[in-house]
Amino acid sequence: MTTVAIIDYGMGNLRSVAKAIEHVAPGHQVWVTSNPAVVAAADRVVFPGQGAMPDCMRELELRGLRLAVLEAAASRPFLGICIGQQMLFDHSEEGDVPGLGVFAGEVVRFRDEQMIGPDGSRLKVPHMGWNEVRHGGDHPLWEGISDGERFYFVHSYYVAPADPAVIAAETDYGLRFTSAVARANIFAVQFHPEKSAQAGLRLLSNFIHWAP
Amino acid sequence: MLAKRIIPCLDVSAGRVVKGINFVGLRDAGDPVEIAKRYDEQGADEITFLDITASSDDRDIILHVVEQVADQVFIPLTVGGGVRTVEDVRRLLNAGADKVSINTAAVNNPQVVRDASRKVGSQCIVVAIDAKQTAPGKWEVFTHGGRNNTGLDAIEWAQRVEALGAGEILLTSMDRDGTRIGFDLGLTRAVSDAVRIPVIASGGVGSLEHLAEGVSTGRADAVLAASIFHFGEHTVREAKELMRARGIEVRL
Repeated sequence: MTTVAIIDYGMGNLRSVAKAIEHVAPGHQVWVTSNPAVVAAADRVVFPGQGAMPDCMRELELRGLRLAVLEAAASRPFLGICIGQQMLFDHSEEGDVPGLGVFAGEVVRFRDEQMIGPDGSRLKVPHMGWNEVRHGGDHPLWEGISDGERFYFVHSYYVAPADPAVIAAETDYGLRFTSAVARANIFAVQFHPEKSAQAGLRLLSNFIHWAP
Repeated sequence: MLAKRIIPCLDVSAGRVVKGINFVGLRDAGDPVEIAKRYDEQGADEITFLDITASSDDRDIILHVVEQVADQVFIPLTVGGGVRTVEDVRRLLNAGADKVSINTAAVNNPQVVRDASRKVGSQCIVVAIDAKQTAPGKWEVFTHGGRNNTGLDAIEWAQRVEALGAGEILLTSMDRDGTRIGFDLGLTRAVSDAVRIPVIASGGVGSLEHLAEGVSTGRADAVLAASIFHFGEHTVREAKELMRARGIEVRL
Protein backbone atom coordinates (compact mmCIF):
# COMPACT_ATOMS: atom_id res chain seq x y z
CA MET A 1 0.00 0.00 0.00
CA THR A 2 1.29 3.44 -0.90
CA THR A 3 1.52 6.10 1.76
CA VAL A 4 1.16 9.82 1.13
CA ALA A 5 2.30 12.39 3.68
CA ILE A 6 0.81 15.88 3.57
CA ILE A 7 3.14 18.17 5.44
CA ASP A 8 1.33 20.20 8.09
CA TYR A 9 3.30 23.12 9.48
CA GLY A 10 0.31 24.81 11.07
CA MET A 11 -0.54 27.26 8.29
CA GLY A 12 -4.10 26.79 7.22
CA ASN A 13 -6.38 23.93 6.65
CA LEU A 14 -5.15 20.82 4.90
CA ARG A 15 -8.43 18.99 5.06
CA SER A 16 -9.32 19.79 1.43
CA VAL A 17 -5.97 18.57 0.14
CA ALA A 18 -6.27 15.36 2.17
CA LYS A 19 -9.85 14.70 1.09
CA ALA A 20 -9.08 15.30 -2.58
CA ILE A 21 -6.15 12.87 -2.45
CA GLU A 22 -8.22 10.28 -0.59
CA HIS A 23 -10.85 10.74 -3.27
CA VAL A 24 -8.44 9.84 -6.09
CA ALA A 25 -6.39 7.31 -4.13
CA PRO A 26 -8.76 4.87 -2.46
CA GLY A 27 -6.79 2.24 -0.60
CA HIS A 28 -3.82 4.53 -0.06
CA GLN A 29 -2.92 5.83 3.35
CA VAL A 30 -3.01 9.62 3.54
CA TRP A 31 -1.25 11.14 6.54
CA VAL A 32 -1.55 14.81 7.47
CA THR A 33 1.53 15.21 9.59
CA SER A 34 3.97 17.61 11.23
CA ASN A 35 6.23 14.78 12.30
CA PRO A 36 9.52 14.64 10.32
CA ALA A 37 9.75 10.89 10.91
CA VAL A 38 6.35 10.33 9.32
CA VAL A 39 7.34 12.48 6.34
CA ALA A 40 10.52 10.44 6.03
CA ALA A 41 8.54 7.18 6.02
CA ALA A 42 6.01 8.17 3.34
CA ASP A 43 6.26 6.97 -0.26
CA ARG A 44 4.97 10.28 -1.63
CA VAL A 45 5.00 13.74 -0.14
CA VAL A 46 2.67 16.68 -0.67
CA PHE A 47 3.85 20.12 0.43
CA PRO A 48 0.91 22.54 0.50
CA GLY A 49 0.67 26.02 1.93
CA GLN A 50 -1.36 29.15 2.26
CA GLY A 51 -0.95 32.50 3.91
CA ALA A 52 2.18 34.62 3.89
CA MET A 53 5.50 33.03 2.99
CA PRO A 54 7.46 34.51 5.95
CA ASP A 55 4.97 32.92 8.36
CA CYS A 56 5.10 29.63 6.46
CA MET A 57 8.91 29.51 6.58
CA ARG A 58 8.96 30.37 10.27
CA GLU A 59 6.38 27.69 11.17
CA LEU A 60 8.20 25.12 9.05
CA GLU A 61 11.46 25.82 10.89
CA LEU A 62 9.77 25.84 14.30
CA ARG A 63 8.48 22.32 13.70
CA GLY A 64 11.88 21.11 12.58
CA LEU A 65 10.52 20.16 9.17
CA ARG A 66 13.11 21.79 6.90
CA LEU A 67 15.33 18.77 6.59
CA ALA A 68 12.41 16.40 6.12
CA VAL A 69 11.13 18.55 3.25
CA LEU A 70 14.55 18.80 1.62
CA GLU A 71 15.15 15.09 1.99
CA ALA A 72 11.76 14.24 0.46
CA ALA A 73 12.28 16.71 -2.39
CA ALA A 74 15.60 15.03 -3.13
CA SER A 75 14.30 11.48 -3.14
CA ARG A 76 10.59 10.77 -3.60
CA PRO A 77 7.59 11.88 -5.67
CA PHE A 78 7.03 15.35 -4.30
CA LEU A 79 4.15 17.74 -5.03
CA GLY A 80 4.29 21.39 -3.98
CA ILE A 81 1.07 23.42 -3.98
CA CYS A 82 0.72 27.24 -3.90
CA ILE A 83 3.01 28.57 -1.11
CA GLY A 84 4.43 25.05 -1.02
CA GLN A 85 5.72 25.72 -4.53
CA GLN A 86 6.96 29.21 -3.66
CA MET A 87 8.88 27.95 -0.61
CA LEU A 88 10.97 25.70 -2.85
CA PHE A 89 12.65 28.76 -4.39
CA ASP A 90 15.67 30.75 -3.20
CA HIS A 91 13.96 33.85 -1.96
CA SER A 92 10.63 35.69 -1.77
CA GLU A 93 9.85 39.36 -2.11
CA GLU A 94 7.07 38.74 0.35
CA GLY A 95 8.69 39.73 3.62
CA ASP A 96 12.14 39.50 1.96
CA VAL A 97 12.69 35.96 3.26
CA PRO A 98 14.88 33.13 2.03
CA GLY A 99 13.14 29.96 0.85
CA LEU A 100 14.42 26.40 0.76
CA GLY A 101 16.51 26.85 -2.37
CA VAL A 102 15.42 23.64 -4.08
CA PHE A 103 14.87 25.69 -7.24
CA ALA A 104 16.96 28.70 -8.20
CA GLY A 105 14.91 31.85 -8.59
CA GLU A 106 12.73 34.44 -6.92
CA VAL A 107 9.15 34.69 -5.75
CA VAL A 108 7.81 38.04 -6.94
CA ARG A 109 4.58 40.02 -6.62
CA PHE A 110 2.26 40.99 -9.46
CA ARG A 111 3.17 44.61 -10.17
CA ASP A 112 0.32 47.14 -10.29
CA GLU A 113 1.65 48.67 -13.51
CA GLN A 114 1.51 45.29 -15.28
CA MET A 115 -2.04 44.56 -14.22
CA ILE A 116 -3.76 45.58 -17.42
CA GLY A 117 -5.98 43.12 -19.27
CA PRO A 118 -6.07 42.62 -23.06
CA ASP A 119 -9.15 44.87 -23.22
CA GLY A 120 -7.46 47.63 -21.21
CA SER A 121 -9.30 46.84 -17.96
CA ARG A 122 -7.47 46.70 -14.67
CA LEU A 123 -6.66 43.20 -13.43
CA LYS A 124 -7.32 42.55 -9.77
CA VAL A 125 -4.78 41.22 -7.27
CA PRO A 126 -5.01 38.61 -5.77
CA HIS A 127 -5.23 36.64 -8.99
CA MET A 128 -8.33 34.75 -7.92
CA GLY A 129 -10.32 32.30 -9.98
CA TRP A 130 -10.00 29.88 -12.88
CA ASN A 131 -7.26 30.55 -15.37
CA GLU A 132 -5.70 28.64 -18.25
CA VAL A 133 -2.64 26.53 -17.67
CA ARG A 134 -0.47 26.09 -20.78
CA HIS A 135 1.65 23.04 -20.24
CA GLY A 136 2.45 21.52 -23.63
CA GLY A 137 1.70 18.10 -22.21
CA ASP A 138 5.21 16.74 -21.93
CA HIS A 139 5.10 15.64 -18.31
CA PRO A 140 3.30 12.57 -16.90
CA LEU A 141 1.35 14.74 -14.45
CA TRP A 142 -0.48 16.42 -17.35
CA GLU A 143 -1.74 13.14 -18.75
CA GLY A 144 -5.43 13.39 -19.62
CA ILE A 145 -5.45 17.16 -18.99
CA SER A 146 -5.93 19.46 -21.98
CA ASP A 147 -3.29 22.03 -22.74
CA GLY A 148 -4.93 25.27 -21.59
CA GLU A 149 -7.22 23.59 -19.05
CA ARG A 150 -8.43 25.92 -16.31
CA PHE A 151 -7.36 25.52 -12.70
CA TYR A 152 -8.28 27.51 -9.60
CA PHE A 153 -5.74 30.11 -8.50
CA VAL A 154 -5.61 32.43 -5.53
CA HIS A 155 -2.31 34.25 -5.03
CA SER A 156 -0.54 37.60 -5.26
CA TYR A 157 3.00 36.25 -5.76
CA TYR A 158 4.40 33.88 -8.36
CA VAL A 159 7.69 32.09 -8.97
CA ALA A 160 10.29 33.28 -11.46
CA PRO A 161 12.70 30.37 -12.01
CA ALA A 162 16.28 31.18 -12.92
CA ASP A 163 16.41 28.12 -15.15
CA PRO A 164 13.65 28.09 -17.79
CA ALA A 165 14.13 24.33 -18.19
CA VAL A 166 12.14 23.73 -14.98
CA ILE A 167 9.03 25.52 -16.25
CA ALA A 168 6.23 22.96 -16.59
CA ALA A 169 3.38 25.38 -17.29
CA GLU A 170 2.65 29.04 -17.83
CA THR A 171 -0.41 31.22 -17.31
CA ASP A 172 -1.27 34.70 -18.54
CA TYR A 173 -2.33 37.35 -16.06
CA GLY A 174 -1.06 40.79 -16.97
CA LEU A 175 2.11 38.97 -17.90
CA ARG A 176 3.03 35.36 -18.59
CA PHE A 177 4.07 33.74 -15.33
CA THR A 178 5.23 30.27 -14.34
CA SER A 179 2.29 28.31 -12.97
CA ALA A 180 4.06 24.95 -12.57
CA VAL A 181 7.64 23.73 -12.28
CA ALA A 182 9.09 20.25 -12.53
CA ARG A 183 12.48 18.60 -12.15
CA ALA A 184 13.17 14.90 -11.65
CA ASN A 185 10.91 13.72 -8.80
CA ILE A 186 9.54 17.18 -7.99
CA PHE A 187 6.40 18.75 -9.40
CA ALA A 188 5.01 21.98 -8.01
CA VAL A 189 2.05 24.15 -8.96
CA GLN A 190 0.85 27.63 -8.12
CA PHE A 191 -2.84 26.74 -8.48
CA HIS A 192 -4.93 24.56 -6.17
CA PRO A 193 -5.59 21.13 -7.71
CA GLU A 194 -7.69 20.23 -4.66
CA LYS A 195 -10.10 23.03 -5.61
CA SER A 196 -9.97 22.61 -9.39
CA ALA A 197 -12.82 20.14 -9.93
CA GLN A 198 -12.17 17.28 -12.38
CA ALA A 199 -8.94 18.68 -13.83
CA GLY A 200 -7.45 19.06 -10.36
CA LEU A 201 -8.48 15.58 -9.30
CA ARG A 202 -6.89 14.19 -12.46
CA LEU A 203 -3.61 15.92 -11.68
CA LEU A 204 -3.65 14.52 -8.13
CA SER A 205 -4.45 11.08 -9.48
CA ASN A 206 -1.55 11.39 -11.92
CA PHE A 207 0.72 12.32 -9.01
CA ILE A 208 -0.38 9.27 -7.02
CA HIS A 209 0.49 7.02 -9.97
CA TRP A 210 3.63 8.86 -11.03
CA ALA A 211 6.86 6.88 -11.17
CA PRO A 212 9.60 9.45 -11.79
CA MET B 1 -7.27 34.71 -19.54
CA LEU B 2 -8.85 34.60 -16.12
CA ALA B 3 -12.48 33.51 -16.33
CA LYS B 4 -15.32 35.51 -14.82
CA ARG B 5 -16.90 33.38 -12.14
CA ILE B 6 -20.49 32.29 -11.58
CA ILE B 7 -21.33 31.54 -7.97
CA PRO B 8 -24.63 29.97 -6.90
CA CYS B 9 -25.60 31.00 -3.39
CA LEU B 10 -27.45 28.69 -1.04
CA ASP B 11 -29.26 29.80 2.10
CA VAL B 12 -28.79 27.26 4.86
CA SER B 13 -30.79 27.12 8.07
CA ALA B 14 -30.08 24.54 10.77
CA GLY B 15 -28.17 22.43 8.26
CA ARG B 16 -30.79 22.42 5.52
CA VAL B 17 -30.91 24.38 2.28
CA VAL B 18 -33.98 26.56 2.31
CA LYS B 19 -35.80 28.43 -0.50
CA GLY B 20 -36.89 26.40 -3.51
CA ILE B 21 -34.31 24.06 -4.90
CA ASN B 22 -35.95 22.53 -7.91
CA PHE B 23 -33.59 20.29 -9.83
CA VAL B 24 -34.87 17.35 -11.78
CA GLY B 25 -34.06 14.08 -10.05
CA LEU B 26 -33.00 15.54 -6.73
CA ARG B 27 -33.72 13.07 -3.96
CA ASP B 28 -33.66 15.59 -1.16
CA ALA B 29 -34.13 19.25 -2.02
CA GLY B 30 -32.77 20.30 1.35
CA ASP B 31 -29.51 18.39 1.34
CA PRO B 32 -26.56 20.79 0.97
CA VAL B 33 -24.21 18.06 -0.25
CA GLU B 34 -26.51 16.86 -3.00
CA ILE B 35 -27.22 20.40 -4.17
CA ALA B 36 -23.57 21.43 -4.08
CA LYS B 37 -22.65 18.37 -6.15
CA ARG B 38 -25.30 19.28 -8.67
CA TYR B 39 -23.93 22.80 -9.05
CA ASP B 40 -20.41 21.43 -9.36
CA GLU B 41 -21.59 19.15 -12.19
CA GLN B 42 -23.17 22.16 -13.91
CA GLY B 43 -19.83 23.94 -13.85
CA ALA B 44 -20.27 26.35 -10.94
CA ASP B 45 -16.95 28.09 -10.27
CA GLU B 46 -17.52 28.33 -6.53
CA ILE B 47 -20.40 27.83 -4.14
CA THR B 48 -21.44 30.22 -1.38
CA PHE B 49 -23.37 29.14 1.68
CA LEU B 50 -25.18 31.78 3.65
CA ASP B 51 -26.03 30.55 7.12
CA ILE B 52 -29.36 32.09 8.10
CA THR B 53 -29.86 29.92 11.17
CA ALA B 54 -31.88 31.96 13.63
CA SER B 55 -31.20 30.05 16.81
CA SER B 56 -27.74 30.43 18.28
CA ASP B 57 -28.05 26.87 19.62
CA ASP B 58 -27.97 25.59 16.05
CA ARG B 59 -25.09 27.70 14.82
CA ASP B 60 -22.47 24.97 14.97
CA ILE B 61 -24.49 22.88 12.53
CA ILE B 62 -23.06 24.90 9.66
CA LEU B 63 -19.64 23.49 10.52
CA HIS B 64 -20.88 19.97 9.85
CA VAL B 65 -22.49 21.09 6.61
CA VAL B 66 -19.21 22.61 5.46
CA GLU B 67 -17.30 19.46 6.40
CA GLN B 68 -19.64 17.22 4.48
CA VAL B 69 -19.65 19.39 1.37
CA ALA B 70 -15.90 20.01 1.40
CA ASP B 71 -15.23 16.28 1.63
CA GLN B 72 -17.06 15.62 -1.62
CA VAL B 73 -17.10 18.77 -3.73
CA PHE B 74 -13.72 19.96 -4.99
CA ILE B 75 -14.36 23.58 -5.89
CA PRO B 76 -13.98 26.64 -3.64
CA LEU B 77 -16.54 27.12 -0.89
CA THR B 78 -17.39 30.42 0.75
CA VAL B 79 -19.39 30.56 3.95
CA GLY B 80 -21.04 33.62 5.47
CA GLY B 81 -23.74 34.56 7.94
CA GLY B 82 -23.26 35.37 11.59
CA VAL B 83 -19.46 35.44 11.42
CA ARG B 84 -18.33 37.70 14.27
CA THR B 85 -14.88 36.77 15.46
CA VAL B 86 -11.54 35.53 14.20
CA GLU B 87 -12.36 32.29 16.00
CA ASP B 88 -15.56 31.95 13.94
CA VAL B 89 -13.45 32.41 10.80
CA ARG B 90 -10.88 29.87 11.91
CA ARG B 91 -13.48 27.24 12.74
CA LEU B 92 -15.18 27.57 9.36
CA LEU B 93 -11.85 27.31 7.53
CA ASN B 94 -10.90 24.26 9.57
CA ALA B 95 -14.21 22.67 8.63
CA GLY B 96 -13.24 23.05 4.97
CA ALA B 97 -14.39 26.52 3.86
CA ASP B 98 -11.94 28.25 1.55
CA LYS B 99 -13.24 31.73 2.22
CA VAL B 100 -15.33 33.25 4.97
CA SER B 101 -17.56 36.22 4.45
CA ILE B 102 -17.89 38.87 7.17
CA ASN B 103 -20.72 41.39 7.02
CA THR B 104 -22.21 43.17 10.06
CA ALA B 105 -19.24 42.34 12.28
CA ALA B 106 -16.95 44.21 9.91
CA VAL B 107 -19.07 47.34 10.27
CA ASN B 108 -19.32 47.01 14.05
CA ASN B 109 -15.66 46.20 14.50
CA PRO B 110 -13.48 46.80 11.42
CA GLN B 111 -10.48 45.46 13.34
CA VAL B 112 -11.90 41.95 12.94
CA VAL B 113 -11.16 42.18 9.19
CA ARG B 114 -7.55 43.12 9.88
CA ASP B 115 -7.10 40.50 12.59
CA ALA B 116 -8.70 37.76 10.52
CA SER B 117 -6.75 38.53 7.36
CA ARG B 118 -3.47 38.64 9.30
CA LYS B 119 -4.29 35.35 10.97
CA VAL B 120 -5.52 33.34 7.98
CA GLY B 121 -4.49 35.40 4.95
CA SER B 122 -6.40 37.95 2.88
CA GLN B 123 -7.30 35.31 0.33
CA CYS B 124 -9.67 33.72 2.86
CA ILE B 125 -11.48 36.91 3.89
CA VAL B 126 -14.47 38.22 1.97
CA VAL B 127 -16.22 41.33 3.23
CA ALA B 128 -19.91 41.41 2.36
CA ILE B 129 -21.28 44.89 1.74
CA ASP B 130 -25.02 45.49 1.62
CA ALA B 131 -25.61 48.84 -0.07
CA LYS B 132 -28.61 51.05 -0.85
CA GLN B 133 -28.75 54.08 -3.04
CA THR B 134 -29.39 57.23 -1.01
CA ALA B 135 -28.85 59.86 -3.72
CA PRO B 136 -27.82 59.86 -7.38
CA GLY B 137 -24.36 58.28 -7.57
CA LYS B 138 -24.32 57.68 -3.83
CA TRP B 139 -24.78 54.43 -1.95
CA GLU B 140 -24.62 53.75 1.76
CA VAL B 141 -23.89 50.61 3.71
CA PHE B 142 -26.82 48.97 5.48
CA THR B 143 -27.00 46.10 7.93
CA HIS B 144 -29.76 43.85 9.23
CA GLY B 145 -31.23 43.02 5.85
CA GLY B 146 -31.29 46.65 4.74
CA ARG B 147 -33.02 48.05 7.81
CA ASN B 148 -30.10 49.79 9.53
CA ASN B 149 -28.27 52.58 7.76
CA THR B 150 -24.69 52.72 9.01
CA GLY B 151 -24.09 56.09 7.35
CA LEU B 152 -20.96 54.67 5.70
CA ASP B 153 -20.43 55.49 2.04
CA ALA B 154 -20.29 52.17 0.18
CA ILE B 155 -17.36 53.09 -2.05
CA GLU B 156 -15.27 54.47 0.81
CA TRP B 157 -16.14 51.44 2.90
CA ALA B 158 -15.03 49.10 0.12
CA GLN B 159 -11.68 50.91 -0.06
CA ARG B 160 -11.35 50.79 3.70
CA VAL B 161 -11.94 47.03 3.93
CA GLU B 162 -9.44 46.51 1.14
CA ALA B 163 -6.90 48.44 3.20
CA LEU B 164 -7.82 46.36 6.25
CA GLY B 165 -6.93 43.20 4.37
CA ALA B 166 -10.09 41.90 2.72
CA GLY B 167 -9.27 39.68 -0.25
CA GLU B 168 -12.57 40.10 -2.02
CA ILE B 169 -15.84 42.04 -1.77
CA LEU B 170 -19.30 40.55 -2.02
CA LEU B 171 -21.42 43.51 -3.02
CA THR B 172 -25.21 43.25 -2.67
CA SER B 173 -27.64 45.92 -3.77
CA MET B 174 -30.39 45.95 -1.16
CA ASP B 175 -32.53 47.95 -3.60
CA ARG B 176 -32.36 45.13 -6.11
CA ASP B 177 -32.19 42.06 -3.87
CA GLY B 178 -35.22 39.87 -4.60
CA THR B 179 -36.54 42.12 -7.39
CA ARG B 180 -35.25 40.08 -10.35
CA ILE B 181 -34.80 43.27 -12.39
CA GLY B 182 -31.01 43.03 -12.60
CA PHE B 183 -27.94 44.17 -10.67
CA ASP B 184 -27.48 47.79 -9.66
CA LEU B 185 -24.84 48.24 -12.35
CA GLY B 186 -23.92 51.77 -11.27
CA LEU B 187 -23.10 50.55 -7.79
CA THR B 188 -21.24 47.51 -9.05
CA ARG B 189 -19.11 49.52 -11.44
CA ALA B 190 -18.39 52.27 -8.94
CA VAL B 191 -17.13 49.81 -6.34
CA SER B 192 -15.29 47.57 -8.79
CA ASP B 193 -13.43 50.56 -10.23
CA ALA B 194 -12.58 51.87 -6.75
CA VAL B 195 -10.74 48.79 -5.44
CA ARG B 196 -7.93 46.51 -6.62
CA ILE B 197 -9.44 43.34 -5.12
CA PRO B 198 -12.09 41.23 -6.89
CA VAL B 199 -15.75 42.22 -6.57
CA ILE B 200 -18.66 39.77 -6.66
CA ALA B 201 -21.94 41.35 -7.80
CA SER B 202 -25.12 40.25 -6.07
CA GLY B 203 -28.77 41.17 -5.78
CA GLY B 204 -31.46 41.37 -8.43
CA VAL B 205 -30.64 38.68 -10.98
CA GLY B 206 -33.74 37.59 -12.89
CA SER B 207 -32.25 36.51 -16.22
CA LEU B 208 -29.05 35.22 -17.74
CA GLU B 209 -28.60 38.56 -19.49
CA HIS B 210 -28.38 40.18 -16.07
CA LEU B 211 -25.40 38.01 -15.18
CA ALA B 212 -23.59 39.07 -18.36
CA GLU B 213 -24.36 42.76 -17.67
CA GLY B 214 -22.89 42.47 -14.19
CA VAL B 215 -19.56 41.60 -15.75
CA SER B 216 -19.63 43.68 -18.94
CA THR B 217 -21.23 46.89 -17.66
CA GLY B 218 -20.76 46.43 -13.92
CA ARG B 219 -17.15 45.25 -14.32
CA ALA B 220 -17.65 42.61 -11.64
CA ASP B 221 -15.11 39.80 -11.41
CA ALA B 222 -17.78 37.31 -10.41
CA VAL B 223 -21.56 37.17 -10.24
CA LEU B 224 -23.62 35.56 -7.53
CA ALA B 225 -27.19 34.39 -7.93
CA ALA B 226 -29.68 32.23 -6.09
CA SER B 227 -33.23 31.90 -7.33
CA ILE B 228 -32.45 31.87 -11.06
CA PHE B 229 -30.60 28.59 -10.52
CA HIS B 230 -32.54 27.15 -7.60
CA PHE B 231 -35.90 27.07 -9.34
CA GLY B 232 -34.47 25.13 -12.24
CA GLU B 233 -35.13 27.97 -14.69
CA HIS B 234 -31.53 27.94 -15.82
CA THR B 235 -28.40 25.93 -15.25
CA VAL B 236 -25.00 27.39 -14.55
CA ARG B 237 -23.91 25.97 -17.90
CA GLU B 238 -26.61 27.93 -19.73
CA ALA B 239 -25.48 31.06 -17.93
CA LYS B 240 -21.90 30.46 -19.06
CA GLU B 241 -22.92 29.78 -22.63
CA LEU B 242 -24.76 33.09 -22.75
CA MET B 243 -21.85 34.94 -21.18
CA ARG B 244 -19.47 33.41 -23.69
CA ALA B 245 -21.82 34.49 -26.52
CA ARG B 246 -21.53 38.02 -25.12
CA GLY B 247 -17.75 37.83 -25.38
CA ILE B 248 -17.08 37.12 -21.70
CA GLU B 249 -14.34 34.69 -20.73
CA VAL B 250 -15.82 31.76 -18.78
CA ARG B 251 -14.81 28.25 -17.73
CA LEU B 252 -16.89 25.88 -19.84
